[in-house]
Amino acid sequence: MTEKFDVIVVGAGMAGNAAAYTLAKGGLKVLQIERGETPGSKNVQGAILYADALSKIIPDFRNDAPLERHLIEQRVWVTDENSFVGTHYRSEDFNKEPYNRYTIIRVHFDQWFNKKAREAGVLTICETTVTELLIEDGKVVGVRTDRQGGEVRADAVILADGANSRLAVKAGFQKEIKPENVALAVKEIHFLPQEVIEARFNIGEDEGVAIELAGSISAGMMGTGFLYTNKESITLGVGCMVSDFKENKITPYDLLDKMKAHPSIAPLIAGSEMKEYAAHLIPEGGYNAIPKVFGEGWMIAGDAGQFVNGIHREGSNLAMTTGMLAAQTLVELKAAGKPFTASNLAEYKRKLDDSFVMKDLKKYRRMPDIFHKNKQFFTTYPDLISKAVQSIIRVDGMDKKTKEKEIRKSFVASRSIFGLIGDAFKFWRAVE
Amino acid sequence: MHSVVCIKQVPDSAQIRVHPVTNTIMRQGVPAIINPYDLFALEEALRLKDQLGGTVTVITMGPPMAEAALRKCLSFGADDAILISDRAFAGSDTLATSYALSAAIRKIMEDMQVDLIFTGKQTIDGDTAQVGPGIAKRLDYQLLTYVSKVVEVNPQKKEILVERRAEGGVQLLKTSTPCLITMLEGTNEMRFGDLDDLFRAARHELKVWNREQAGIDEAEMVGLKGSPTVVSKVFAPKPRSKRAEMIEVHDGNPKDLAITLLAKVFTQHPKLEQEIAKRAL
Repeated sequence: MTEKFDVIVVGAGMAGNAAAYTLAKGGLKVLQIERGETPGSKNVQGAILYADALSKIIPDFRNDAPLERHLIEQRVWVTDENSFVGTHYRSEDFNKEPYNRYTIIRVHFDQWFNKKAREAGVLTICETTVTELLIEDGKVVGVRTDRQGGEVRADAVILADGANSRLAVKAGFQKEIKPENVALAVKEIHFLPQEVIEARFNIGEDEGVAIELAGSISAGMMGTGFLYTNKESITLGVGCMVSDFKENKITPYDLLDKMKAHPSIAPLIAGSEMKEYAAHLIPEGGYNAIPKVFGEGWMIAGDAGQFVNGIHREGSNLAMTTGMLAAQTLVELKAAGKPFTASNLAEYKRKLDDSFVMKDLKKYRRMPDIFHKNKQFFTTYPDLISKAVQSIIRVDGMDKKTKEKEIRKSFVASRSIFGLIGDAFKFWRAVE
Repeated sequence: MHSVVCIKQVPDSAQIRVHPVTNTIMRQGVPAIINPYDLFALEEALRLKDQLGGTVTVITMGPPMAEAALRKCLSFGADDAILISDRAFAGSDTLATSYALSAAIRKIMEDMQVDLIFTGKQTIDGDTAQVGPGIAKRLDYQLLTYVSKVVEVNPQKKEILVERRAEGGVQLLKTSTPCLITMLEGTNEMRFGDLDDLFRAARHELKVWNREQAGIDEAEMVGLKGSPTVVSKVFAPKPRSKRAEMIEVHDGNPKDLAITLLAKVFTQHPKLEQEIAKRAL
């Protein structure tokens, strides 16, 4: 291939589409290479779209983007085998436009996003895998693909090839991803008629509910579950650290089956027909796992750069933002007539540090390690809390003072006084 | 050697679901693919082009979204693609579709001689296998159906030799060109286009023809008006059998498994047990 491009973007997910779109809008000649049959065909997410990140790239996206429901209610449940203790937050404020969060179905959404990029001038080719980066004199000068005649050259390459970036590993830009830094999430989409969903979740047309779950549903492993309402379907799934699955010899789909059978979940999906199942890796290493994100002629964006905020279940917005910032860096350099050298691309890192991306990840930098080493947050506490709440609610002749004493005793018996103080401190350190 | 390949974008029938309440087919979320037999047709046309030169033009009648199917054909190596798309075509049955396609192919013939027309043996959504033969008849082309392989084409003698799968064996058929071939799942697998073809496909300016541009003067020949087929009722067939029952056996050997299974069958069909017992004697 003799044709040369300003930039090659590898991948057509959130980060890749955001980057490609921004580059083309900035007047650069862009080639985007996607391995799936269509953009989005390989992409898996819960999926919740955070409007803010997208509106910074395409302000009027609400006009034609395929959105399922806007979320007006957030539930957080901590489960034990038979129960959950939870908080629900629902507000009419979330019913005022512009809406803040939406459920989406990625295969539809990504095709829309990519169409926007192509309309902006991006050349997107699918069913083509980038097998390696072309590197000359330590500088990335293009990519090699699995197609015949498959080498293409460009002044810069943005790696937006998702969790477990084989390209970055092969080029030596980052090490193999560690099992303790990556979660494996499985999810299913269950079809239910629209009116059934709206009755079950007490919502109107276009309104949606998100449930985040922790506790027994992760079977003692570091992980969480989720359930989101789409227009005519419900998405639910569960994800835990790969190292925990390995250690506990639990298969992800067994875990999901158990979650679906939980007495608080089962009625929500009763009578549904499973439409789709999928699995995906989610980088959960946080701030400390972020590799070098730029070099001579290359940058990394999205999951490939480990940009995921695990505790807040944010990833796609970080992907879009990092993709956009990487692209903006190149657009600015090009306009200033500067080459895409590592020292010039360092501007990308500065932009990241200034954004919510790095600030949020830095805030929670200790969390992965603390939660990893302290499984009591996933096992003992959900149990204790559930029993405590039940004891207070159940009217059985025991006086309240004795009940409180019993509850205190149960906490101390499980974790000891020092353990409780230590756990409180650890939890605070994790989220401070 | 100029070929025209007729394709259709169809919903992936392996992924189609029936709406549990309304009994209608739910197309939402079902990926659109190129009718698989049409891809074998395209591959055969491309092979002839590799051998003898010439061009391959892909044509389809469908909604604007069928553009994706045509671009895919271009990425495999087709030279040109034409989408005939018009609201007037909505509701066309096989008679009207073959009318519209043959009109468009006549339009192509104004610019070049069309030696071969390829179609799939049938689509996986309609399963009629009527459009290909319909086009052949309307254009007065020789017709070869259920072809699994084009063995040889002799442009000088205007002859073609093909393998046709028939009941009990394979027929070797020779006829004169121009002709229309409907392809079975062929022996030749679809190629993986090279990067140049992919770039060309992404940038190619598709020809989109409306009714008049496709050379159809009489509107009543296409669409609902031109379609004598009437769908009087649509219903979802009842599942033929009950769901299979799983028998779990722990640490069992095959013999135990067989006995468990037979015991189960015999309790439900006592007559069967008597019959077998009688014959065993």
